Amino acid sequence: MSTGNIKTTNVSRPYTWKERLYLLTIPKGFLVTLRYFIRGFFLRKSNTISYPEERRNYSERFRGMHFISLDENKLENCTACYLCQTVCPAKCITITAEERDPKENPVGVAKEKRPKAFDIDALRCCFCGMCEEACPKDAIKMSRNYELAVHTREMAMYDLKHLSREVKNRG
Amino acid sequence: MVTEMMVLLAKVVFIFALCIGAVPFCVWFERRGSAWMQGRLGPNRLGPFGLFQLVADMIKFFFKESFIPQNSHKFLYLLAPAIALVPPMAAIASIPFCSEIHLVNLNVGVLLILAFTGLEIYPIILSGWASNNKYSMLGALRASSQLISYEISMSMALLSMLLVYGTFDLTEIIRYQQEHHWGVLLNPLAALIFWVATYAETNRLPFDLAEGDSEIVAGYHLEYGAMKFAIFFMSEYVAMIMVSAFLVTLFFGGYALLPGMSWVVSASGKAFLLPVFELFSFFLKVAFFMFLFVWVRWSLPRFRFDQLMHLGWNILFPLSLANLLLMGAVAYFLR
Ligand code: SF4
Ligand code: SF4
Repeated sequence: MSTGNIKTTNVSRPYTWKERLYLLTIPKGFLVTLRYFIRGFFLRKSNTISYPEERRNYSERFRGMHFISLDENKLENCTACYLCQTVCPAKCITITAEERDPKENPVGVAKEKRPKAFDIDALRCCFCGMCEEACPKDAIKMSRNYELAVHTREMAMYDLKHLSREVKNRG
Repeated sequence: MVTEMMVLLAKVVFIFALCIGAVPFCVWFERRGSAWMQGRLGPNRLGPFGLFQLVADMIKFFFKESFIPQNSHKFLYLLAPAIALVPPMAAIASIPFCSEIHLVNLNVGVLLILAFTGLEIYPIILSGWASNNKYSMLGALRASSQLISYEISMSMALLSMLLVYGTFDLTEIIRYQQEHHWGVLLNPLAALIFWVATYAETNRLPFDLAEGDSEIVAGYHLEYGAMKFAIFFMSEYVAMIMVSAFLVTLFFGGYALLPGMSWVVSASGKAFLLPVFELFSFFLKVAFFMFLFVWVRWSLPRFRFDQLMHLGWNILFPLSLANLLLMGAVAYFLR
């Protein structure tokens, strides 16, 4: 392999004598750590949030665990239009639609169709929020709950019962 | 005979209890101190100020599986942690804590301590070799080359002070400092060189090349777990206490009272208070240097290995040699 006439230029800066001596710059670093030490030891201040007792208040737009909003009759707002299932990039929403029993439907034509089953596989979900954007009924929403850890894989499959739990103000 | 044995036993138990008792506190301070310096909290759950965290850790170490790697040299593998605590503890025993407590009173105390710090290399090199692991071996080699390189400048700095004191006896050295000045005022350069060398001696940051998570993992104690690891860990801290105490004795007046304390003692007029205050000043001085160990660790970035060798051989060694010659000349002409 011929390298031709390639010239290499050394761009690194030579150390000044102050930097080479090293001892002069050390106290600066010491003072920084000492300041923090005093702050932590005497003033008892730290930047740590002790998680289970203290919680960080995330933004209003935080996308956490999904839920389906309910109307004043405790009926889910979802009309099983499949828009969220279609738009979901992770393909993790599975809806089965059915006709709502007219006897227990006080709102009539507005909610004739309802989801018989509504499953979200939270392990596949990428929390992009597309379902929330696509929903014409503002039914599927994402709460601000970020504690999504579960004990078994099955518990991460959110079913209709889990999704239509009551969430106030997005949690 | 029996009483002699009892006294000996009491001394052994005392030094053992002292070291084993002090180490958890040092580790606690290392962890919480580092946290404070970084704006964190550190372990604060268990007991007051998180002090019992160390008890929990100890219990964990005791009950973990004791594991011996298959292709290791079993005898040496077990021998290394068994002797790891001996040199630093033996060296501590020969340092006077106050004018009343001096466990091993030899007139060659300095030499004894130097001999034992020299021995600290054995558990390291044994463990590195016996574990039959590349990383352990590299860590052990690094640790030993670093120990040898810095031992030279350390001894030079020490020698220059011995020229001034004119004795190997630690009690005499302290008496000299009580009568004249602290060693650090007589020869600050030697104190600085000695101080820097102690960091290399104890494999502490910024010279902790014996460990290196990114290149050689945990270094020489990589293959050790459970209590065997804990012993290495403890011996590092005991060695830190030991060199701090040695540094204090040589350059900072040992148990000599801190300024102002002698006034308190003479004002109270109680003779028994003197050793108490001496012990207290010694403790404070050593504690300060232990704090410095933590402070330096969390302030300075580590060296590269060639930089470490450069500092040891090209800077500290000539500097300590020149300092030794200078002190020799000064001591000769002033005598
Ligand atoms: S947040 Fe995104 S990935 Fe998750 S269910 Fe909604 S559309 Fe699918
Ligand atoms: S949640 Fe919204 S988008 Fe999804 S099926 Fe129900 S109404 Fe349609």
